[in-house]
Amino acid sequence: MPTPSSEVIVIGAGPNGLACATRLAQKGAKVTLLDALPMPGGGATPREFAPGFTTTLAHLTRGIDARVAKGMDLERYGLGFQTLQTTLLGPNPVTISRGKTASQDADFARLHDRLTQFARVLAPFRAIPAPTLGKGNDWLTLARLGLGIRALGKTEFRELLRMLLTNAADVAEDDLTDQRLQGYIAFEATLGAWAGPRSPNTLILLLNHLATGPDVLAPKGGMQAVAQAMTKAAEAAGVTIRQNARVTRIVTNGDTATGVELASGEALAGKTIVSTLHPGLTLRDLVGPRVLDAGLYTRAGHIHSRGGTARLTLALKSLPNIDNLENRLIIAPSVNAVENAFNPVKYGQIPDVPVLEVFFPTSLDPRPDGLHILTANVQFAPHMPVDGLDQARAQMLENTLRVLAAHIPDLRPLILHCELLMPQDVAALYGNPGGNWHHAELAVEQMLFLRPLRDLSQYRTPIEGLWLAGAGSHPGGGITGAAGWNAALAMEGAL
Amino acid sequence: MPDLPKRDQKYDALIIGAGHNGLVAACYLAKAGMKVLVVEKNDWIGGAAVSRELYPGFTYSNCSYVSSLFRPEIMRDLDLPKHGLQILPYEGGAVFTETGGYLGMFRDHDANRREFARHSARDAEAYDLYSRDVQRYCRFIRPMLLRTPPDPSSFRPRDIMELLWLGKQIGALSEQQRAEMVRFWTMSISDFLDEYFESPVIKGYLAVSAIIGTALGPMSPGSAYVLLHHYMGDVDGNVGAWGFARGGMGSITKALTASLRAAGGEVRTMSPVAEILVRGGKAVGVVLDNGEEIRAARVISNMDAKRTFLKTVNEADLPAEFVASVRKFKTRGSSAKLNIALDAAPVFTALPEGAANIKGDLHFTDSIARMERGYDDWKSGHFSRDPFQDCMIPTMIDPTMVPTGKHFMSCFVQYAPPKIAGNDWTDADRDDLRDTCMNQIETYAPGFKNKVLHVEVRTPRELEAEVGLTEGNIFQGELTFDQLLFNRPVPGYAQYKSPIKDLWMCGSATHPGGGVMGAPGRNAAAEILLDAKLPGGMSDAYAVL
Amino acid sequence: MTLRFDLTPLLPTAFAARTEPLNRLMRFGPWAGYRTALCYGDTEMEYAAIRNTAMVYDLCPMTKYRITGVEAEDYLQRLTLRNVKKLPVDAVHYTAWVNDAGKVLDDGTLFRLGPQDFMICCQERHLPWLLDSAHGFDITVTDQTADLAGLSLQGPLAATILAKAGLDVAALKPFRLTRLPLGNGQVMISRTGFTGDLGYELWVTPDLALPLWDRLEQAGSVYGLRPAGNDALNLARIEAGFVIATVDFIPAHQALREDRARSPFELGLGWMVDFDKGPFTGRRALLRERETGSKWALVGLDIPGNVAAEGAILYHAKRHEVGHVTSAAWSPITKRSIAIAEISAKHAKGSDVWVEIYAERELHYAKLMLPVRVVERPFFNPARKRATPPERF
Repeated sequence: MPTPSSEVIVIGAGPNGLACATRLAQKGAKVTLLDALPMPGGGATPREFAPGFTTTLAHLTRGIDARVAKGMDLERYGLGFQTLQTTLLGPNPVTISRGKTASQDADFARLHDRLTQFARVLAPFRAIPAPTLGKGNDWLTLARLGLGIRALGKTEFRELLRMLLTNAADVAEDDLTDQRLQGYIAFEATLGAWAGPRSPNTLILLLNHLATGPDVLAPKGGMQAVAQAMTKAAEAAGVTIRQNARVTRIVTNGDTATGVELASGEALAGKTIVSTLHPGLTLRDLVGPRVLDAGLYTRAGHIHSRGGTARLTLALKSLPNIDNLENRLIIAPSVNAVENAFNPVKYGQIPDVPVLEVFFPTSLDPRPDGLHILTANVQFAPHMPVDGLDQARAQMLENTLRVLAAHIPDLRPLILHCELLMPQDVAALYGNPGGNWHHAELAVEQMLFLRPLRDLSQYRTPIEGLWLAGAGSHPGGGITGAAGWNAALAMEGAL
Repeated sequence: MPDLPKRDQKYDALIIGAGHNGLVAACYLAKAGMKVLVVEKNDWIGGAAVSRELYPGFTYSNCSYVSSLFRPEIMRDLDLPKHGLQILPYEGGAVFTETGGYLGMFRDHDANRREFARHSARDAEAYDLYSRDVQRYCRFIRPMLLRTPPDPSSFRPRDIMELLWLGKQIGALSEQQRAEMVRFWTMSISDFLDEYFESPVIKGYLAVSAIIGTALGPMSPGSAYVLLHHYMGDVDGNVGAWGFARGGMGSITKALTASLRAAGGEVRTMSPVAEILVRGGKAVGVVLDNGEEIRAARVISNMDAKRTFLKTVNEADLPAEFVASVRKFKTRGSSAKLNIALDAAPVFTALPEGAANIKGDLHFTDSIARMERGYDDWKSGHFSRDPFQDCMIPTMIDPTMVPTGKHFMSCFVQYAPPKIAGNDWTDADRDDLRDTCMNQIETYAPGFKNKVLHVEVRTPRELEAEVGLTEGNIFQGELTFDQLLFNRPVPGYAQYKSPIKDLWMCGSATHPGGGVMGAPGRNAAAEILLDAKLPGGMSDAYAVL
Repeated sequence: MTLRFDLTPLLPTAFAARTEPLNRLMRFGPWAGYRTALCYGDTEMEYAAIRNTAMVYDLCPMTKYRITGVEAEDYLQRLTLRNVKKLPVDAVHYTAWVNDAGKVLDDGTLFRLGPQDFMICCQERHLPWLLDSAHGFDITVTDQTADLAGLSLQGPLAATILAKAGLDVAALKPFRLTRLPLGNGQVMISRTGFTGDLGYELWVTPDLALPLWDRLEQAGSVYGLRPAGNDALNLARIEAGFVIATVDFIPAHQALREDRARSPFELGLGWMVDFDKGPFTGRRALLRERETGSKWALVGLDIPGNVAAEGAILYHAKRHEVGHVTSAAWSPITKRSIAIAEISAKHAKGSDVWVEIYAERELHYAKLMLPVRVVERPFFNPARKRATPPERF
């Protein structure tokens, strides 16, 4: 028997689900938020990776979308951030703080300034539904944003048009002479992507990072603080959150979504169903081919979702003896180092020398027991390893530890526990097929009006009452809540 | 009529480089009444569209080797058929697989389907939809080839009108089609093909056009556009068809030269330009290597942008920003070429006896992954150890180019970097490349090497030294979006005009880019004539009905 | 090395050993990679046989996909426009399938060979679409084009000839099929066809093709049976009012120009669309079109005079272009000039619509501007087509 009708059912209690549910509840909807995991927060939810040690899938952020932070009043629920400096590890480490290197590299400052300017004029596009190529655009807003871009001035406007679809490596090598900084640009642009820095269309990924937030931030109290604050805000808005409630089917009647079925067999009725899960998964697996048109069903299967990032977590007896531990550390010594780390992944193989983003969360938020944790995003990892998952994982771990040990010599003896999640492991744990952070790869052919597909870019689906609001929708993932918030705004217009 | 030649100005227009684009521009200008001189550094005319006897009795097209892009509007305007130009369609073709099989190509639609079906029944029937979709994108882009790109940063009426025209073209498409097109332009050919096909060898075959001449791999985003660049030509209206110039690619530049001379223009070979003379911010002529000065009212460079502005113009005459942009213009070469005289036709063991697939392009790369690995080698500063080769035996179609029964074989090799591990190519590197390629062919055609009479190997080093292509880039600059349309060669200077008054560009480094297309030369001539207030007398681009 | 001249041979059909010697003119054309007869020597007499006695026509190249599996019915329900639940075993229906936008991909006949066993018979090729549509359904799709030889036997004496050949189909109703023994195997006979007359289509494995042909030739000789080529059949099919893909409409997957794709409503196939059967591909788009109206219509035209209007343009008030003729002929049996035409939907009733015909007569063109009348299709619809049992002679 269906339980009493909930007006809106939101599937997935990640930042997007929480943001979307909260906004809808604030506008008066009766919202139930269903989540498969034991605790809300998605990529920010704590998970025990070893006895007594928890971590979150996302370890850093560039900040919650400003509208979300304000609309959910997250500060009130204790959310605060600390801005991190970035240190590029190597024989001669470089530390970057707010777009400047300690050595005051003028080329770098100039490039960073320029990219920041570009990001600034592009950022507003993240906070509106993607412009469409057909009817229904808010031309006034678009004209305003367009003028904002043109206001960069003739030269910079032209440069932006040139650089928009260029590759990160060329920009780094054109404008910088310091190999370490070139490597940094290459790494930063391709972080979370399935592309090497020599791939065209990668600079825009860096601009998107900068548009999300100029700096990398660590939430005070760890990433789970984001989950906790957002959960509190959602509950305060009246959202009913149910954990361990995996949705297995979106129920339809004719062309209209009428509810969901859970793994437990329980059925819930709802007038509006919002999925923050992967759009391909939502349409193909939860709605299914019997309801969707064959063309859309096929195209939903073409959404690229290749995860290229492995996640390493170590439990440590103590902090290793290196400088700048409290910074975000990057090991990506050159453009070629990043490119070479990507090459084998194209063929489902493991790079010999991966590139890494390393963080010691316990250096900022110490554990009472004095033990420590290292988290690292390791690039690149194949989403479909040819040698099988177990062998690939072992190889990836070995190669990663070798790279880490080369830069942190005393690390290995400190390790109490270690866990490496390959993209497939991430997919299994978090339900995003392919294991990509953004569900649908954030690549130009899947951005804006093409995200996740041309006819799904306005958060609507052809199934009446079914909406998309996850990372697979514009403007993509990251712990920001922007897609969920945008979707809620779009729904308000329609409901 | 143009301004009367001043006392020391013998010519109205001086064009540097007698390649196809330089000659096209020269022809149009001469036809409009200008007194035109083309200066060429080599002792032969044609640039990269050339056929010469490089081995007794054998005519080699030793650079470009197929023709599909050359605009029919230009052939008509310049009366090239009258001057001997004949373009013939190719037929056949095959990819040989590592396991000893092959995928053959046929002109007949259903024969091709049956052949594809040997590899995948599904792919055989998917091919129609695939080629329909690609043709749709071609149809959109073709009308832009013969137009000067608008400057999106400009508020001049002309640029605004041109942007509106572009808007109208886009407006004529459905929302769905616009989205599909943007998607296609920004995708990798590998991802695009995956949406249609399952067979590795079919995907390997179809990806070819996306990598020819480009410093991208088939898995690089943007490579799908490169495919389009090779497909947007046509042979007698067959969009995407590749053709062959009777007598070799040099027939194109031969016909152009004849057309130019008929219009009163001159070509001087063995006249390398040392410097473009700039006086008072205005180009007034050139100085040749031997010190001779030739004055002209305007100078038009068919050389690539780097060669023109970084090597032939005094940097002080250019805005610093412009020079910086030219430096950023990417010209990485990625291709090499083997030109081979054969005592007899090679026998590819995989092909059925007498199969005429040998009349088309022959490849040995049977998967996208193999191509991509070849690209990985290039990125690491080495030529591909398992290279992609596009082999053609043009004498199968035009037997008049060699002694009866003998053959000329052209092998286009991808990928070959401008430098080997950061160093200039040595002769040993070149021989190494030659052996790699010859061994690959020998694997599929045993006995091939014994039939070889002569081999000419052209690495990016030779392409730069002989044809003058910086870093050996056959397109005078890579075909990525940051270097196309209003960005080609540099933002703000995509309308064939340079920052120096009366110095113009007409080579492949300008819109719409490389290939033996002639469009840059024609478009440049159109701009020059507009500027000189002379009637153009050019056909508009043929309508895409 | 010697290269063969013939690079791309067309395949012979299973009947080639019989059809080729009979073709006095050697007039063959390519059809889906096969060589089939355009005309055996006299199109007029071949056509006359269709309406007077009977003819055989080689339809081996027709594309045939077999669809089997426990969910075959569900699959076809989602794939095609008509309600497959209403199609009994051993029956055939004429149907079509569309893309998400509701544009026709092709039309064809759907044979129900068993509860979970179907065959689609159509003009174009659709394997990728059929396979893509098959995701999530427990079925298999196989191309049987080369595995099944097809021979069409059409004309008022078709049943008589079959009986004489020992194949009694007297009880077979239109759009039903039966299986009868033939040699060591069997022949499947469906009462279907493309002539709008009494007729059957006979399906055998290729090894039985020649025995079948010989049996019919023997039985039919006294009844005036003769082989017919494409030209004669095309005339008959226009009279029958049938449409052909790439002639009367462009299949949506082939349309290079986006605006050439057509919905079933626009092709006069709206009667197929069963909105009540549950979800099917294109349903949402077709519902929208039903509400907002169609842009085009495909209609039958009756044109005054005796000149066929092939390729003619239609005008409203003699001035504004409103459509064009897709197929046209002088119809010998109805004694009139008939045409199938695409016309803008708002002129589909035909009021003040004119056709402009350029009639070539000894190298001079007579330009005709004639008023047209929109009429029902089929143009020719004899009772004998439906009579069961059919008349015996």
